[in-house]
Amino acid sequence: MLNYKFDWAIVTSGKYYEWLVSGLQVTIKISVVSIALSFLLGLIIAMMRMSTIRPIRWFAHGYLEFFRNTPLLVQIFFWYFGSYKVLPAVVNDWLVRQDFEFAAAVIALTIYTSAFIAEDIRSGVRSIPKEQMEAARSSGFSYVRSMQYIILPQAVRLTIPPLINQFLNLMKNSSLAMTIGVMELTYQARQVESYTFKGFEAFTAATLVYLALSFIITGLVTLYNKKVLQPLKGH
Amino acid sequence: MGGLDFSVVWENLSYFFIGRYPKGPVGGVALTLYLAAVSLLFSFIGGLFLGLLSVSRHKTIRWGTEGVIQAIRGMPLLMVIFWMYFLMPAIAKRPLPEAWTVITALTLFTSSYMSQIVRAGIEGIPKGQMEAAISTGLSHGQAMIHIILPQALRNMIPSFVNQFVSMIKDTSLAFIVGVSELTHVATQMNNRTMLYPTEIFIFVAVIYFIMCFAFTELSRWLERHLAYRKSI
Repeated sequence: MLNYKFDWAIVTSGKYYEWLVSGLQVTIKISVVSIALSFLLGLIIAMMRMSTIRPIRWFAHGYLEFFRNTPLLVQIFFWYFGSYKVLPAVVNDWLVRQDFEFAAAVIALTIYTSAFIAEDIRSGVRSIPKEQMEAARSSGFSYVRSMQYIILPQAVRLTIPPLINQFLNLMKNSSLAMTIGVMELTYQARQVESYTFKGFEAFTAATLVYLALSFIITGLVTLYNKKVLQPLKGH
Repeated sequence: MGGLDFSVVWENLSYFFIGRYPKGPVGGVALTLYLAAVSLLFSFIGGLFLGLLSVSRHKTIRWGTEGVIQAIRGMPLLMVIFWMYFLMPAIAKRPLPEAWTVITALTLFTSSYMSQIVRAGIEGIPKGQMEAAISTGLSHGQAMIHIILPQALRNMIPSFVNQFVSMIKDTSLAFIVGVSELTHVATQMNNRTMLYPTEIFIFVAVIYFIMCFAFTELSRWLERHLAYRKSI
């Protein structure tokens, strides 16, 4: 340890630097694609969870409990290795024509994260007073339209900080995609380590990048609370 | 589940649950629970320690602790595991068992999350309690140990149980450094048989679900129960 010669140049320029940069790009890409999809899916599941029709509500409840209480890694392996037996042939054909590792990781991350987002949205909706819905219904809006125009716009505003936190978790969780060969940041750090035996430099670089990303995302939450939510509470 | 053949699971059931034990080392579900329980115990101590430091009256200690906690929370767990995997043998100057690499990484990672629970718990106790304790002649430290912590810890129990659920899920990452817990057993079984990935991973997911869901429900029950008791 004490005799270890640090060689930072290895990660600040040249081929290995490019590997890490491309890893960062994949991490960002997978996180952005998955958070967008998770938000849509989470919104749908949250609506189903609050539905007045019992089987729909039960299905959403089961979905939430199952995917929240199963390790993400196992879900990734399921979609990557095992999904072909349960998906229709058309979907399988389409998936293998894509970048399959990337697609499997996106599916797993999306489903996992959507379960957490759905709960965040639901608690956002529940914090809107019941009278808002009653007022909307009595002024002639249907249930769906009241949700769409009255409840959700307010709830989403409250849900944004937990959503940004989910994005942070998602970004960190995307490191698990390396296990199925998605060449994201952790994968590339590992690659640099095995090509150069400079593990400390490679992992330090990757760690600093992750910390910078986390710092930016946490900063966004603080900024949002200060600039958007605080002034609203004042009224 | 038409077309799925779960016989591969039934034929190897004991391998999934206890690994090669008694002919070899313990693995599977038993090792998963062992890793989670040991790491949770250490994380409890670590979390308590970091949590107390983060409410310290000294600004430098508070900020230093906060920095460490934020740094660990900003990293993926996988990264923490890799760090331990490289650092620990280098520091100890000899190879260490991978299980301990994972336990150390999980402890570091979870301690930083637990410290937030501890801090929230301590800050949730009304300020008057500390003032009353100090005015009866206790020192700040004594008041913390005898008055504040016992009350705070009790309110934290449901969060600790929740953390155990995350811990069980997180132990699956031990697979990466070759510790033969449940996920590792599943991937090995999948590599060996090749034909039944769907069945194997569905089964493993269900096993994890049963373990985690049981503790999630326990945490909800505790939350209701403790809240009820508190109101008397």
